Amino acid sequence: MSEFFAMGGYAAFLWPAYAVTLLAVVVNVITARRAHAAAREEARRRLEMESAPEHER
Amino acid sequence: MNWTWFHKFGSPPHIYRIAGSLAPWFGWPAGLLIIAALYAGLVLAPPDYQQGDGFRIIYVHAPSAWLSVMIYGVMATAAAIGLIWRMKVAHAAAASCAGIGAWFTVVSLITGMLWGKPMWGTYWVWDPRLTAQLVLLFLYLGYMGLRSGIDDLGRADRASAVLAIVGVINIPIIRYSVEWWNSIHQAPSVMKMDRPSMPMDMLAPLLMMLLGFTLYFAAVMLVRLRAEILRRERSASWVKEALQ
Repeated sequence: MSEFFAMGGYAAFLWPAYAVTLLAVVVNVITARRAHAAAREEARRRLEMESAPEHER
Repeated sequence: MNWTWFHKFGSPPHIYRIAGSLAPWFGWPAGLLIIAALYAGLVLAPPDYQQGDGFRIIYVHAPSAWLSVMIYGVMATAAAIGLIWRMKVAHAAAASCAGIGAWFTVVSLITGMLWGKPMWGTYWVWDPRLTAQLVLLFLYLGYMGLRSGIDDLGRADRASAVLAIVGVINIPIIRYSVEWWNSIHQAPSVMKMDRPSMPMDMLAPLLMMLLGFTLYFAAVMLVRLRAEILRRERSASWVKEALQ
């Protein structure tokens, strides 16, 4: 197992490379989902504002 | 000729719905492919006779580099469609590409540096391929900066589209830099006309990663596109229906 993580002496280069790639993959999923959720939330608020009676705006 | 497909293609509610139902069909196969490719690339593939286990960096470097260039192509094509046919959805699609493309350009640069240090003896050289890839990052950043700097959405769409289209000149430079100039970067070993110069047990994980990353991009981009469409169409009547 430790042999696997040692990666024939390249561990110090290989694992950071994999880590930064994983980071990008995860961050982009989270950002996209958050952007969509935020856009939905904002659209919903806007629609509520528009449907509310005049004096409540 | 029947043009209804074209109008449907440009209709925000249609694209919003389609994007929502397509995204998981790209996302889940992408996840499975990438996990399988990780196992195949890190465990099953034999070490390289010259580069030992260090060569395995290629399994994250090449797919990121591929995405960085491919996404730019998608972005510029969408921008051109938006500009020529005044299609708002196309501009929205172009805008959804930029952030993802910039991320994977950074990843390709960092993973390349991490490979370069043990193999070339240096993290960075002002080599044609590396420099062109850095220019690609600046194109993405310039595109996003330009968009956020212009308040009027229509003007931001058009100005950033022009930038994206002009920047396409950099793509063949990246692609052929290793052939035109005496680049330190190695020539392509997979995407070339004759047989790839890699044995199958090394090549298979790479092909899985390339496909996995491509599907991954499609899924993430579609979710971003939905957000982008909602932001633009928030007062449209279909939004009410879509939110339920």
